[in-house]
Amino acid sequence: MQRKAVALVSGGLDSMLAVKVIQEQGIHVEGINFFTGFCVEGHTHAIRKRDQKKPKRNNALWVAERLGIKLHIIDIVEEYKEVVFNPKYGYGAHLNPCLDCKIFMVKKAKAWMETHGFDFIITGEVVGQRPKSQRRDTMPVVQRDSGIGDRLLRPLCAKNLPPTLPEREGWVDREKLYDFSGRSRKPQMALARKYGIEDYAQPAGGCCFLTDEQYSVKLQDLWRARGRKQYEMDDIMLLKVGRHIRPAPEFKLIVSREEGEGNFLQGYRGRYPSLKTVSHAGPLALIDGTPDEAQLALAARIVARYSQGKNAPEVELEYREPQGATRRMKVAPLPPHELVREWIL
Amino acid sequence: MPVIRVQDRIAELAPGEELEAICTDPGVMHDIPAWCRINGHEILEAREAGGEYRILIRVGAP
Repeated sequence: MQRKAVALVSGGLDSMLAVKVIQEQGIHVEGINFFTGFCVEGHTHAIRKRDQKKPKRNNALWVAERLGIKLHIIDIVEEYKEVVFNPKYGYGAHLNPCLDCKIFMVKKAKAWMETHGFDFIITGEVVGQRPKSQRRDTMPVVQRDSGIGDRLLRPLCAKNLPPTLPEREGWVDREKLYDFSGRSRKPQMALARKYGIEDYAQPAGGCCFLTDEQYSVKLQDLWRARGRKQYEMDDIMLLKVGRHIRPAPEFKLIVSREEGEGNFLQGYRGRYPSLKTVSHAGPLALIDGTPDEAQLALAARIVARYSQGKNAPEVELEYREPQGATRRMKVAPLPPHELVREWIL
Repeated sequence: MPVIRVQDRIAELAPGEELEAICTDPGVMHDIPAWCRINGHEILEAREAGGEYRILIRVGAP
């Protein structure tokens, strides 16, 4: 009887290798990829022109195709909010709830495994590789709190851990698993070479915006401005794009940095008031919040400061309401020394 | 995410039926064909026009 494993596929090298190791033992493997909304993926690179050379691919799909496995992408945006708002085990260096995230994902994968008649779960985790979720003392916590117990196999470091059910039952040969540990990437790279894998996504920590300091600062600012931890999909997408400038608690500006971002923000003009320079080439800016008239004038001066008219005595802008009503404003661009550093998120 | 919407819609269709995805995210030109290839669905047409990306898919066998 051929056993079946479901793999948590992030798109990075480790999960790719974990699948390969188990495939080599004759196990049928399919992948699961969870979409949290915070994933760093090709579409983000596709927005910015300066990132055009970066691959626009979804790495999880790309990995699945290379491995010849099916990939099931599961939208967990709504359920994931509780993990982000109230992580039982706290945050990492920024707003990354890594341990709670891993527990949540394994729990979801367990439910999928049971529904689809699979036997066990595999991940690309390595003991000691991550400061929070991949430590010798926290890896058993994932097994316990997710309820998966010993049906969770980590092929890259299995020899450093007690034998799991698939090993004890002889579904997989423990001797053909690995004993990687620590933060070094050399063993993974050597194994990748052995398998002839030369092209892979940059590993370790780079797949989630919550591990990014600047992104976390912007998300915390959003929560502060709204008086509670809360977000919608649009919020977290917009945090990935443009300069975010908060001159007052009542509003912030999202200013495009180049044409690609301008095109992206254009799609939000029906939901947010916006400012666009018309007398000079310049950015498009969305206004998140409710500035009063004086604050709106300041916002216009800030946007003008990022236009080609930044040294002109006056710049004309169009202010547009979400419903489509427009009016023109003429302002003096804000001089650099008046742009308070703390405003820039 | 467009690929998830395509995946969920295709799950409701029978083999041989067709689905057209109309998207604004340029990443779909890579992601949706990749998802279709690994899951056994056929891309009949993929084109960009006026900022829209249209991908016509024929559902494969489960």
